[in-house]
Parts: sequence; C-alpha cells; structure tokens
Amino acid sequence: MIAYTRMYAGWARVAILEQFQYRVANYFYMIGMVAEPVIYLVVWSTVAEQRGGAVGGFTAGDLAAYYIVWTLVRNMNIVLTPYAWEQRIKEGELVTDLLRPVHPVHRDLAYFGGWKLVVIVMWLPIAAVLTWIFRPSLDPSAAEIGLFAVALWGGFFVRFFALWALGLVTLWTTRVSALFELYFTAELLLSGRLVPLSLMPTWVQTLADFLPFQWAFQFPIETLIGRRSTAEIWLGIGMQALWTCVAIGVTAVLWRRGTRRFAAVGG
Amino acid sequence: MNELQYRVNLVVQVFQSALAVATGLVGLWLVFSQTDDLVGWGAPELLAVMGVHIAMGGVIQMVIEPNMAKLMDDVRRGTLDYVLTKPADSQALVSMREVRIWSFVDVVVGAIVLGVAVVNLERSVGWIDAAGFAAALLLGAIMIYCFWLILTTTAFRLVRVENILELFQGVYQAGRWPVAIYPFWLRTSLTFLVPLAFAITVPAESLTSRLTPGTFVLASSFTAALLIVTRIVWRVGLRYYSGASA
Repeated sequence: MIAYTRMYAGWARVAILEQFQYRVANYFYMIGMVAEPVIYLVVWSTVAEQRGGAVGGFTAGDLAAYYIVWTLVRNMNIVLTPYAWEQRIKEGELVTDLLRPVHPVHRDLAYFGGWKLVVIVMWLPIAAVLTWIFRPSLDPSAAEIGLFAVALWGGFFVRFFALWALGLVTLWTTRVSALFELYFTAELLLSGRLVPLSLMPTWVQTLADFLPFQWAFQFPIETLIGRRSTAEIWLGIGMQALWTCVAIGVTAVLWRRGTRRFAAVGG
Repeated sequence: MNELQYRVNLVVQVFQSALAVATGLVGLWLVFSQTDDLVGWGAPELLAVMGVHIAMGGVIQMVIEPNMAKLMDDVRRGTLDYVLTKPADSQALVSMREVRIWSFVDVVVGAIVLGVAVVNLERSVGWIDAAGFAAALLLGAIMIYCFWLILTTTAFRLVRVENILELFQGVYQAGRWPVAIYPFWLRTSLTFLVPLAFAITVPAESLTSRLTPGTFVLASSFTAALLIVTRIVWRVGLRYYSGASA
C-alpha cells in the first residue's frame, strides 16, 4: 500500500512538473476548449432572451453558471484518449509496459490525476474572465462546494476508466476510429455537454439515465449550480462509484484477454 | 496522391462527416424546438450557414492545415532549406505542397447540406446572390489562409502546431452560427482577428439575400490588406530563419 502511495505521488509529481513547463501549450489548449461552451452559452442565452427570459427552466444567468462550471468539469474529465493506444501498440510502448511489475493503469491514473492539479490552477483566471463577462447566477453553499469537489473527482474516475476500457479495444482491431467517434457523439448528446439534458426530449433523458455519460458531466455541474438536493447529490455520487466499478471490471476483463492475445501476436 | 492507396480511409471519413452533420442537425433541431428564429435567421437559413461551415472546414483541412503543419515541421527540422533554394516563390511553394484528399468529402457534404438549405429557402436565390456567394467564399478562403500563414510564421517559437490546430478548431466551431448572435467584442474578434465572419457568415448572407454592397467592399479590401500583411510577415519571418546548418 505504501509502495503504491509513493508510486502515485511520484507519477503525479512528474505530471505537475512537466505540465507547468508547457504553460503556453496548456493555455492554447484550454482557450480552444473554452470556445465550445461559450458558443453553446451564447446560442442558448439568445434563445432564452427571445423566449422572454428562460428556456427549459434556465435563465441567461443560469446558463452562464452551467457553462462556466462546464469548463472546469470538461478540463477535469480530459483523460487518456482511446486514440493513444494505437501509438502505444505501434511504437512498442505497450511491450515495455507489460514487462513492468505494476499494471499500467496506475501510472496513467496518477499522471492524469497530477495533471488535473495544474489544470485547476490554470483554470482559475479563465473562470474569472468568463464570470466577469457573462455574469452567472451562482451562489453555492459551503456544503455544495464540498460535494462538488467530490463529484468533480468522481466524474474524472468515471470517464478515466470508461475511456481506458474503450481504448483497450485497439488490442483486437486497428479500425477503431469509427467506434470511438460514435462513442464521443453519444457522449456529447447524452451527457449534458451540448445542452443541459432538461432541454432534451423526455425519451432522451430516460435513455441518458441508463448510461454513464451524465455522471461525468452534467451531474458535477449541477451539484455546484444548485439544481440538485443534497439527497440527490449523494445518490449521484453513488452512481459515479457504481459506474467507476463497472468500468474497472470491464477494464480488468479486457486487459487480461487483450494482452494474452497481444502477446500471442507478438510472439 | 499517396493517400489514394488507403481507400478504407474514405469510408472512415464519410462516416465521420455523416456523424458531424447529424450532430449539427441535432443542435439546430434543439434550438428550433424552442424558438422559431435565431436573431432573424430561420431554420433553412441556419442550415445554409452550417453547409458553408462544413464545406469551408473541408477546404481548410484539405489544403491549408496540412501545408501549415508541414511548414512548421520543416522549420523545426531545418528542412525548409530545400524549399528556399528552389527558384520559384517560396510563399507559394510552402502553401501548396500538400493535399489531404479525403477532406474533400467534407466539401461535398457541405455542398449537399447547402443544396438542401437553398431548396427550402423562402426566397429564391438570384444570379447576383449566387455570384456574390461564390466571390465571398473565395475571399473568405484567402483570408483564412492568410490568418494561418501569419500564425504559423510567428507562433512556432512558442508552441507546436498541434496546439494551434486545437485552438483553431475550437474557435472554428463558432462559425457554425451567424456572428450576429455573439456579443460585440466576440463578434469583432471573429471578424478581424479570426476572419470567420467573412469566411462563413458573409457567404451565407449573400445566399440568403442579406449581403449589402458595403459588406462586400469591406471583405474585398480586408482581403487585400491581409494579403499584403501576410507577404510582409513571411518576408520578415524568412529573414529570421537561419536554416539547419547555422
């Protein structure tokens, strides 16, 4: 256990030191990413205004709060892209990973977890500017902020393991991009990333309830902007834990079968 | 042409384009399930904007981005020397070395979306509108090219091309909607800083009979000015380029 803690701390430190060196690159990336929610925010604020102030229960101020918190949640749930596996296999990095005594998922988890600390620090000035421009109606209690911190990391875990499992499909076939694109489109529509799900038709919302996407996106956002009761928030954190466990289970199975297959091809 | 060997990539590209169109349509449909028009643009008109956005994106990915990526790569490796020693104009050479052929799918898909939009427009498109559209589209593509070349020539000291690509692709999404919906400061940036307004909204305005002669004159003169600035930036940039051996 102590050995693992030290390993995690080490990898996280490497990520922090490395990513702070690439400040400009990180900012370019973050600004490009902020464009997306700003566009949604402007479009839906315009719609709200034309409808006399609100759309689907969201005023312009509510929408601003939603999409500004969105920027933090989105940054937090950037994890190892499934496309990375193609390179790992092609360049032989996976072979090295297989020789190590520790499962590579630990290194990725620690690395991305450490990177998130950099992301949060760098996000603060962006949030300040967005708040100054778009005037969100945001007034969270101390308890909500605490729960939001939990839900934020919960979302990170859900998405981290879901995408790690998805990436493992690369061990079976190299034509994965269509599958990944399909996954990301479903996620865009069913997670609350494009619009809050309450603006979607009821059947879409029902469908979303059976899928993991919203727990990594809309749920953390809504804990902070005050659209969920404390009981609902605890339930949501439970759902995050559940989906994380499911994704870990799938990862474990795919990893065991996939690496056996991979070794067979290589040997 | 090398890419033509990999035909499966065409299927992948078609699939990705179809998915992007579907997502765009869902976005439009969601907006129009809540309202009848967006700052005076009806559903078929916004569909026209979307068509131009996709087609222009295809052109950018097909000819502009790959050349800029190669240019930046050459600067880093010092292999730009091979271009500079050729007798032809260096700016022209670096701008037309690469073509990513499959992105042409987006141009076709954009044209189809545009066709559907035009059929559904309430007002028919006259000859003057169509000519204005073609001209505005050409001017817009030139402006985006200038923007990219200026960025590539100046920014390679700070960041890698992937970073510029990500930034640009993020901002490019803003062009999916007419710039009139954006607040003043953003609209101004999207017009003169990243010329998406000229590249997408203005051609769509022409198609929907909104384009005023004033806007067209502004677009033409801005294009001319940008071409001159790009030329100067390229020249100055070359003076600072020291080659692989230095």
